[in-house]
Amino acid sequence: MAAATKPNYARVGEQVFKEVEKVNAELFTLTYGAIVAQLLRDHEDVEAVNEQLEKMGYNIGLRLIEEFLARSGVPRCSDFKETAEVISKVGFKMFLGVTASVVNWDPKKNEYSLILEENPLIDFVEVPEQYQSLVYSNILCGVLRGALEMVQMSVECRFVRDVLKGDDASEIKVTLKAILAEEVPVGED
Amino acid sequence: MSTLSPAVQSAVQPMKPTGSYSSLEQLAAKATFTTEKKPQKPLPILSRPISKGKAEVSLSAFSFMFSEFIQYCIPRVTNTSELEKRLSEAGYTIGNRILELISFREKNYKRETKLISILTFISFTIWKLLFSKNADLLEKSTEEPDEYMITENQPLSLTKFISTPKDYQGFNCASFVAGIVEGILDAADFGARVTAHSMPLKGQKHPKTVILIKFNPDVIARSDLNP
Repeated sequence: MAAATKPNYARVGEQVFKEVEKVNAELFTLTYGAIVAQLLRDHEDVEAVNEQLEKMGYNIGLRLIEEFLARSGVPRCSDFKETAEVISKVGFKMFLGVTASVVNWDPKKNEYSLILEENPLIDFVEVPEQYQSLVYSNILCGVLRGALEMVQMSVECRFVRDVLKGDDASEIKVTLKAILAEEVPVGED
Repeated sequence: MSTLSPAVQSAVQPMKPTGSYSSLEQLAAKATFTTEKKPQKPLPILSRPISKGKAEVSLSAFSFMFSEFIQYCIPRVTNTSELEKRLSEAGYTIGNRILELISFREKNYKRETKLISILTFISFTIWKLLFSKNADLLEKSTEEPDEYMITENQPLSLTKFISTPKDYQGFNCASFVAGIVEGILDAADFGARVTAHSMPLKGQKHPKTVILIKFNPDVIARSDLNP
């Protein structure tokens, strides 16, 4: 009965995606590729590139959450598990045009996995041998971390399966580390 | 059953389960195990089919990513022209790849050999891919014989969410688009230097963007011989 009153997130996601202004996905893919290539040229260490991608994603996430909340109008989530549904069906759809599926919900450790069958960032991409430890789509982990931090959830995200490394789908594991106390900005009451 | 020949008999023998099951749960467990797909090795990248190119992402996703890239570059450069150069270089690699992709997908490998045709290819086909519209204006400069200009009156959708602060005057994010054009021209063997400029338009708040293409002398000489 509770499921019937919950909004149909998949439909919300599709509705919002229909309304936003769009750009060719291949341009998006190629631009991301150019960015990763630039990072690899600037840094010698692949781990540093992974970190830089995550940091860039984090900065994006901090700003992306506002647009997400403004456009989607999704009400406050009742628990961490619901954030998974909202992210996978509305968030991913709205920005990347693809949906993710939520699996392996573990209530004890408060973690779940997002499975991405399609990932617009990795079309046409092949990672060469010498960069095997590169987490190409690490920017997504950063975006999730930044966005969730702005809604008072401190999470840790990492890729456990990666299509570019030979797996059949990409899997991001999201673990809730802490609920952050809402801080009242100085000067406001 | 016993009247049939042995060959036929074996063919019509009922399927025996591979083991005996003491309970329904065991049977179910066995069934899920055998229906599990054998993990297939993904196709090598060159054998995979190319997408139709209809997929889209939201403009804000692109804008966020583009803005992060610029913010990443800023501490690493010393002046605005270096920043423009970085954007242009990023666009260059993209231009190379876009030409290959489009030539394969839409033009069936047809290669442009005339100057005018490569310019119209850029202002129509490529612009349609990047901005979902044709370029506003393509013109040949009257002063220089080797200069052409593609003009956009409205702010480019890729850069419209970017405002340049006062101390970055003279910097144009459209250098990214200029880089893409340069990459395409270079890959098509029409070497050129491509830059982006903003020109204020009378009666309009936003300046118009002009992509200035200056072809190399050998390209001009070649096109004069082969108009």
